[in-house]
Amino acid sequence: MQRLNQKLGYLSALPMFAVFIIALFAPLLVVMLFSIMPPKVFSLMNMPNFKAYSVFFTQGYYKSLIWSLGMAFISTIILLVISWPLAYAMAKIFKRFTLVLTLAVVMSLFVSENIRLFGWVLTMMKGGLIEGYFRSFTGFGFDSPLYGVGVIIFGLVYVYLPFMLFPLAQGIAMVPDDARQAAADLGANRWQVFFQIDLPLAAPGIVVGCLLSFVLAAGAVAESKILGGQAVITIADDIETAFTFGQDWPVGSALSMILIVIIGALALFGISRVDLDQIMGRRR
Amino acid sequence: MRNQKKLLRLDGVVKKFGSFTALKSVSLEIDEGEFFTIVGPSGSGKSTLIRLLVGMDELTEGKIWLRDERIDQTPANERPTCMVFQSLALFPHMSVGQNIEFPLKLRKVSEEDRRDRTLELLELLRLPKSYYYKRISQCSGGERQRVALARALAFDPEILFFDEPLSALDYRLRKTLEKELKDLHQRTGKTFVYITHSLEEAMVMSDRIAIMNDGQFEQIATADDIYSRPTSRFVAEFMGEVNLFEVNPEKDESFFKGKLFHEGAIGVHQDAIGLLMVRPEFVRFCSDFNETDFAFSATLVEEYALGSRTQYELRTVAGQLITVEKLREDRIDQELGSEIILGFDLINTHFIEEY
Repeated sequence: MQRLNQKLGYLSALPMFAVFIIALFAPLLVVMLFSIMPPKVFSLMNMPNFKAYSVFFTQGYYKSLIWSLGMAFISTIILLVISWPLAYAMAKIFKRFTLVLTLAVVMSLFVSENIRLFGWVLTMMKGGLIEGYFRSFTGFGFDSPLYGVGVIIFGLVYVYLPFMLFPLAQGIAMVPDDARQAAADLGANRWQVFFQIDLPLAAPGIVVGCLLSFVLAAGAVAESKILGGQAVITIADDIETAFTFGQDWPVGSALSMILIVIIGALALFGISRVDLDQIMGRRR
Repeated sequence: MRNQKKLLRLDGVVKKFGSFTALKSVSLEIDEGEFFTIVGPSGSGKSTLIRLLVGMDELTEGKIWLRDERIDQTPANERPTCMVFQSLALFPHMSVGQNIEFPLKLRKVSEEDRRDRTLELLELLRLPKSYYYKRISQCSGGERQRVALARALAFDPEILFFDEPLSALDYRLRKTLEKELKDLHQRTGKTFVYITHSLEEAMVMSDRIAIMNDGQFEQIATADDIYSRPTSRFVAEFMGEVNLFEVNPEKDESFFKGKLFHEGAIGVHQDAIGLLMVRPEFVRFCSDFNETDFAFSATLVEEYALGSRTQYELRTVAGQLITVEKLREDRIDQELGSEIILGFDLINTHFIEEY
């Protein structure tokens, strides 16, 4: 019986396994192989070399990578700071209102990211919702905040808020109330409770939230294209261009590999530092 | 005017949650160095009271004094008191040593002094020094209890509060820790204020006990007084089995009419209305009706073996159930349903006046 169960288990895992192989690992492998082909070829039947990787340095692609990682880093920090109070309230204070809030945030995900970003363009552009009304009432106009680094970071924060908020709330929910009360009773002030009890005990949620939003923001294209008007070029934008207009698959692949390795290393490092089982529901 | 030795004073403390009154004007004085226990059933307001005393909740009315200082508006982290939680509330992300050091670290005590003090406390609570580096999750229930105590003692509070810390432990461990706690109280000389729903636990450890019911104190007295001289039916019945006889001179059928008063032994005046209490161990099995001050016959209904003692339940002619307890060697050999003469002496009774 046990053996039969085991067999059935493997058998039912087979479709998912096949999907993983075909949809995840196969393209990765192809990208990996293309990245060591000479530039501008469309076949894997060439002598492998690392020319495509050297292009990363010689043609300034590293600048795009630095922009992407930098903006992702800043937006993650901003997300962490602004999500904490809300996540705390959702975990500890709001009770039933938390469900309403959760639904509201999830609902925003139902509308495509691009459409929501264009909505912001209409809101913020010169003569748009904000500036247009302001000018017609006061007679004074002002420059649109669009097409700059600031507005790209705003877009990243706006789009990836749910990916920070929910893991964070989950993490904060794991901080036992009596541990906070005991710390206060033993003489800790608000900040000491925050740094010595809340932060370390909510760490799994913080790590997951930061990883999710950082990884997504580092690979984001739409924010810089739509809101930023390509004021800066992100690495994901470069990759897309290499594969499409550039017609240079090896360079696109090499750029992809660099991004994958950096983000993969970060993710592994982060995950290895916390006990993910806790946040998945298994208690200490 | 105020007595120097009074450490904690509560003056008409009221706590309301919306329209519900959890504490109805509670007043209390606790001496320095005392082991004071507040006992009550769940919902009696004892947990509410302790949360007010530590500063985790705000009181609605009244005053709390610690020595000559009013503390009822002081936040928990600025009060010189400390509590051992029911859940212990140890910090799971810190080692045993870090847990104990926590209050010292907040006071910026040097690393060396912190360590020395922690090792001292480990020794005081009979934990091996190697536990300094142990994780909380590796400690047993009893060990965690001791770590929580050590952490509270490291804070060096004026008063140490306990919120039913032993209630989650099994019987044997609880008994051991009760005695250890009493011993610790004597060795540290600190003032302990303890909360429990078990009067038995309270009696083992306390200097004085306050019985709480429905948001107020029923009686505050020593363990002995609570047991033998309760002031209300609630207190009398709180500690296990008790026999209460109604005394009412106006009712003809009253069992004690005339008989109770001529002795004057228990200081009851002629027309007093109330309850006469006899603990089960003072009811005797008699051979005739003249052996004791009071005697009556009853039918044996049930018999329970309690280990060192045997408990009997008997029903009087009037229908009242009487509980009798005898030591094992004094037990009787009677069939269930047989008639037995019961008796007790006036000197072993206590009169609870009711209005």
